[in-house]
Amino acid sequence: MTRKRARLQRIAIGGAAWAVALWVFFPILWMVLTGFKTEPDAISTPPHLIFHPTLSSYREVFARETYWHFALNSVTISVLASIAAILLSIPAAYAMAFLPGRRTRGTLLWMLSTRMLPPVGVLVPIYLLARSTGLLDTRTGLVVIYTLTNLPIMVWMLYTFFREVPVPILEAGRMDGATRWQEITQVLLPLALPGIASTGLLSMILCWNEAFWSLNLTSSAAAPLPTFIASFSSPEGLFFAKLSAASTLAVAPILVFGWLSQKQLVRGLTFGAVK
Amino acid sequence: MRVGSPPARIFKQALRRCAGLSMLVLAAGPAHAASTLTIATVNNADMVIMKQLSGEFEKSHPDIHLNWVTLEENVLRQRVTTDIATRSGQFDILTIGNYEVPIWAKQGWLAALSPDAAYDADDILPSVKAGLTVDGKLYALPFYAESVMTYYRKDLFAKAGLTMPDAPTYDQIRTFADKITDKGNQVYGLCLRGKPGWGENMAYVTSLVNTFGGQWFDMAWRPMLDSAEWKAALTWYVGALKADGPPGATSNGFNENLALFGSGHCGMWIDSTVAGGLLFDPAQSHVAGNVGFAAAPLGPYGKGPTWLWSWNLAIPASSSHTADAQTFVTWATSKEYVRLVARTHGWVAVPAGTRLSTYDSAEYQKAAPFASFVHTAIDRADPNGPTKQPRPYGGAQFVAIPQFQAIGTQVGQIVAAALSGQTSVDQALTTAQASVTRTVRQSGLMR
Repeated sequence: MTRKRARLQRIAIGGAAWAVALWVFFPILWMVLTGFKTEPDAISTPPHLIFHPTLSSYREVFARETYWHFALNSVTISVLASIAAILLSIPAAYAMAFLPGRRTRGTLLWMLSTRMLPPVGVLVPIYLLARSTGLLDTRTGLVVIYTLTNLPIMVWMLYTFFREVPVPILEAGRMDGATRWQEITQVLLPLALPGIASTGLLSMILCWNEAFWSLNLTSSAAAPLPTFIASFSSPEGLFFAKLSAASTLAVAPILVFGWLSQKQLVRGLTFGAVK
Repeated sequence: MRVGSPPARIFKQALRRCAGLSMLVLAAGPAHAASTLTIATVNNADMVIMKQLSGEFEKSHPDIHLNWVTLEENVLRQRVTTDIATRSGQFDILTIGNYEVPIWAKQGWLAALSPDAAYDADDILPSVKAGLTVDGKLYALPFYAESVMTYYRKDLFAKAGLTMPDAPTYDQIRTFADKITDKGNQVYGLCLRGKPGWGENMAYVTSLVNTFGGQWFDMAWRPMLDSAEWKAALTWYVGALKADGPPGATSNGFNENLALFGSGHCGMWIDSTVAGGLLFDPAQSHVAGNVGFAAAPLGPYGKGPTWLWSWNLAIPASSSHTADAQTFVTWATSKEYVRLVARTHGWVAVPAGTRLSTYDSAEYQKAAPFASFVHTAIDRADPNGPTKQPRPYGGAQFVAIPQFQAIGTQVGQIVAAALSGQTSVDQALTTAQASVTRTVRQSGLMR
């Protein structure tokens, strides 16, 4: 009786997990399917679940825009911004985790509070700053913005990971004559590597998906994939199939990247969870 | 015992490592060509063709390279406004509507255009040209223009024994819609814009109110949304859509209604003339063989400005390539360009509503059965013509003042609330009147 109940419980929990997974994945699945429909089919009511797949939208997307130019910009900007943010957040998180002062907690909260500001609230000042420094429509401009916007959350994450590292290990390093630089690079970083990797991966994903600043601060030379997607929305005329095809092409690299690195990501996010 | 390095040493080490990254980041910046024109545009059929054919321009003008930035309409408006207001000079050519042209020209944001005699500016449709002229100077050139008309399903009308007059009234439209509606088979007598926005539901509602004898403001800029004419127009709109419209009408803008009509779910649709080309195209419409068209319906007033929208190419005053930009703008809106489109994409694809010579062309009239109809609709749109009472503003389906984007969207949301049944028409108009009064008072238009 108890065994039967446990089995039923497992089935129920498994079913619920599948339902949630499908619920979360459904918009992506629908987007992929819509990319293979004709424009009238893409917007038909009721929606067509069975249809003749066509590559016409993909052909048109490739004929109309230079996908590789946008994709290269996305890769360059995301990688550079993530590296820059990691390099800046490691010393910041180290100082806060191992050399806390009276205002460390307040500083951490203040840093996080900058994430609560809607970006549109600072659009005009940032735009004017970018204009006067010649950073409009440059990859450098977006790298700087993405680094700064992701920095608070990355410092927080690394601070949490570093706090999980036992202090006696660092002290042992110092006893053996390690400098601060050696202590960080040769003792702390190898220990916290899963956490640093997952922080970097999260930063990559945040940079890749960011749309507000890329739409407002770039036009062509430095425009990443969100701008590519936006260009397929039409004020007059059907565009859902083409938009879905463009969106699928835009999210495909980061989906593959996420799939390949999911083990690292989960390991990092659960780092120190069980001691 | 050493417990760590001095802070200055750590700082220097960090600085050295960051320098390498900075070099990498700076090296990633783009290189700019000297004679590159950056064109900000929307993704509509005419612009897609223009982009495809722009290679011809680059061939004949090897010193000018074109750089296209295609954006969603609202994003484009936001980007271009920010760019032009801050004089950033990101764009050399802008795609803007006839709503923005006079407002921006008066602000000194646009460069005046002076096309040569060969361009034949007198060939531009007079009502379209008037909307782009400020103090006798042209500030933009049109590449496409539209008005409003009524589309209907000939097969459904024949089945119901109905005949669509050339110029129907709104009473007749309601009667026809009631007879055609067959909700069991998902056939709705009437589809109209319901999605909130100054360029969505309020474009249609403003045109409707004009022909019902209403208007947005009196000569002292007092809002007139509490008038009997607004109430009659809105009551008709809400009543007709509730009785004969598709479910979820507040989500339907131009594209959604285009899809509904094209897939056979609408008996009638009153909207932009641009839909004609799409509905008659069998690749985009399942009812291409059964589409009929008539003039936009008339309300109790029977007159009033109807609808005139044009997409135009303009040059921001902040551009450093004004001469090259004018060379491209005049090429892209010329008679020669129209002929190039006809040669490469067929006459049905040529830009509509811009040039008299296009409508004089026998080939165009043959390829586009709705051509003369559109020409007449644009001619009669009368955007600066009289409403029932004198008005201090121009515009047909919009009010040509900078505040209208905000006002139109506010009222659009209130109208959508009435359509979805959240408020009554009376409540909606009271709220809208108060909201618009507050905005025009704050902006100093009304004292």
